[in-house]
Amino acid sequence: MTTTQDAPASAGSTDLTARQEQAANTIFRGLSTTAALLILITLAAVATFLLAEAWPALTDASGELAAKVSWIKPDDGESLIQIAGFLIYGTVLISAMALLIATPLSIGIALFISHYAPRRLASGLGYLIDLLAAIPSVVYGLWGAIVLIPVLQPFYQWLADYLGWIPLFAPAEDGTVSATGRVALSASIVLAIMVIPIITAVTREVFLQTPKLHEEAALAMGATRWEMVRMAVFPFGRSGMIGATMLGLGRALGETMAVFMILSSGLTYSLQILNAANHNTIASYIASQFPEANSQGVSALIALGLALFVITLLVNMLARWIVSRRAEFSGAN
Amino acid sequence: MKIATRTGAVAAAAVLSIALAACSASNEDPTPSDTSSETPTEDAMELSGTLNGAGASSQESAMEAWRAGFQSTYADVTVNYDPVGSGGGRTQFLDGATSFAGSDSLMDAEEYELAVARCDGDSGAVHLPMYISPIAVIFNLEGVDSINMDADTIAAIFNGEITSWDDAAIASQNEGVSLPSTAITIVHRADESGTTKNFTDYLAKASSNWGHDASGDWAGAAGESGNGTSALVQIVQDTDGAIGYADASRAGDLGTVALKVGEEYVPFSAEAAAAVVDASPLAEGANGENDLAYELDRTTTASGAYPLVLVSYHILCQQYDDEAERDLVTSFLKYVASAEGQEQAASAAGSSPISAGLSSQITAILDEIAAA
Repeated sequence: MTTTQDAPASAGSTDLTARQEQAANTIFRGLSTTAALLILITLAAVATFLLAEAWPALTDASGELAAKVSWIKPDDGESLIQIAGFLIYGTVLISAMALLIATPLSIGIALFISHYAPRRLASGLGYLIDLLAAIPSVVYGLWGAIVLIPVLQPFYQWLADYLGWIPLFAPAEDGTVSATGRVALSASIVLAIMVIPIITAVTREVFLQTPKLHEEAALAMGATRWEMVRMAVFPFGRSGMIGATMLGLGRALGETMAVFMILSSGLTYSLQILNAANHNTIASYIASQFPEANSQGVSALIALGLALFVITLLVNMLARWIVSRRAEFSGAN
Repeated sequence: MKIATRTGAVAAAAVLSIALAACSASNEDPTPSDTSSETPTEDAMELSGTLNGAGASSQESAMEAWRAGFQSTYADVTVNYDPVGSGGGRTQFLDGATSFAGSDSLMDAEEYELAVARCDGDSGAVHLPMYISPIAVIFNLEGVDSINMDADTIAAIFNGEITSWDDAAIASQNEGVSLPSTAITIVHRADESGTTKNFTDYLAKASSNWGHDASGDWAGAAGESGNGTSALVQIVQDTDGAIGYADASRAGDLGTVALKVGEEYVPFSAEAAAAVVDASPLAEGANGENDLAYELDRTTTASGAYPLVLVSYHILCQQYDDEAERDLVTSFLKYVASAEGQEQAASAAGSSPISAGLSSQITAILDEIAAA
């Protein structure tokens, strides 16, 4: 009796659920497809905007640009292309130095959190690192310009005095470095502090996903903890670390405010990171020249933005390629 | 206890709001009769609407004061000013998006032509000098408040040729001042700015050794740089032996340079800055005699004139197609040019009030602005 009573009811409810599930499926697929399309459309829109707006500057053959834009001075060796060259060099140099400082530190922090720290300390530290990522870049810029740089300046002079034979730390002709400390190295240090949370967060997740069996196997074979990290954690997390570094590089390349507030800008291919007026980055240059730019100036600045867009795209493609080449070790599988 | 406090608070709030309402009600009645008795102009009461302007950020704090002062007389008028920069302001004005522009630099020939198309009729647009701001050469030297320099010395310093404060070129002009041997740190603007343009214009015209043309973008290769006036002043304040240039109102406690004009050394002052504008001729290519576009005379020898000034203009049409727009523009700009408006700007932004003669000349020009 009970079965005959139950059967139609349960059949009806499965029917209903199936239909509901199907509807939910359709809606959900629609929503996620739209979201995915939206990101493509945004990217395409940005690329189109950059190209369209930069077109007048890129195709300017008559020298009208130089006449209308005061910072384009072909006679002084500062045509738009030459400026782009200086800025790309400055951007890449400053970002690369920032990564050189940030990557070892970040991996150390991530390793400490995932494998060395007591659990309670690890979660607290992880939280603090995430908090560091939430501080706006303008605050980092102000802090760097007002607090950090005056502290660093004597150290820079020391570097130049004793390590001045290294081209990077070479002082100016009279043996002094910038009296204000507003130099490329300062920008790199502040950028490094800004990208540490990003690299740390990603590498920490990857390290945590190291298969327990690998670690235990290493330890069972008599490996010390450091040997275990080297044998099990690093090989497993290598692509993740590279991906995280590239993510950090992306942030460093595009960072505007911190560099804008910290660096005494200049346009050269100099290696001297302790002297002022040698470097500038694309983003910071755009930010400083935009307020007073006329329409031709805006077009030229957007052309510089296009250059930055291309560099960022290349960096991301490189990261993608590296990660996919080592897909078998990826933390994701 | 808690409940009692809360009731008390609510009661207090209620009383307060009633009192406020009573206040505003009692204020409303006499106001119209007050203003009508004070302002004899018949259109004063009718003025309402929104006036949009955009342009030079140098005028921003003065504009705040003008807007507040103007709106206290004409409560129904909203004045908007977008400090997008001189170039952006002129573009917006020429596109017809705003009724007037604020600009640190003059329109070029092409922009004059665009203005003819933008404005009603064929009389184009004119410049009115509304904001005169002396630029101070500021420095940070312990115990020294003022130093005398001629233009050649300043140019040599900013070219990086004079590198220490006790250099003979500086010492010879400053007998009795004990100058330390501190190294000079040059600080200039990193961004394109009207201050830089006027400073380099002064160096290019008044000195023989600057070697660059006037440019809003710093032409020299040496020195530190900061984005914007605040950053520049901050760097000079933080660095012993630093020298830079900034709007005089921002000089604060820093030492300032007295410029050599003729045979004397003139420190910046409001009167000295206004004096150089009155001593300057109008620029070539100006749009008729109503276009007060000055070619600033940086090499003036007029006694007591301070030639290192920034003059910021308001650009407006000689004829508007809409009478309401015309009324808004002219009455606002008349207020700006009035002694009261100039005083407001001086106290808010540290600018130098334009001379009384210039003020009445501007008012006369504004009376001629037509509407179709």
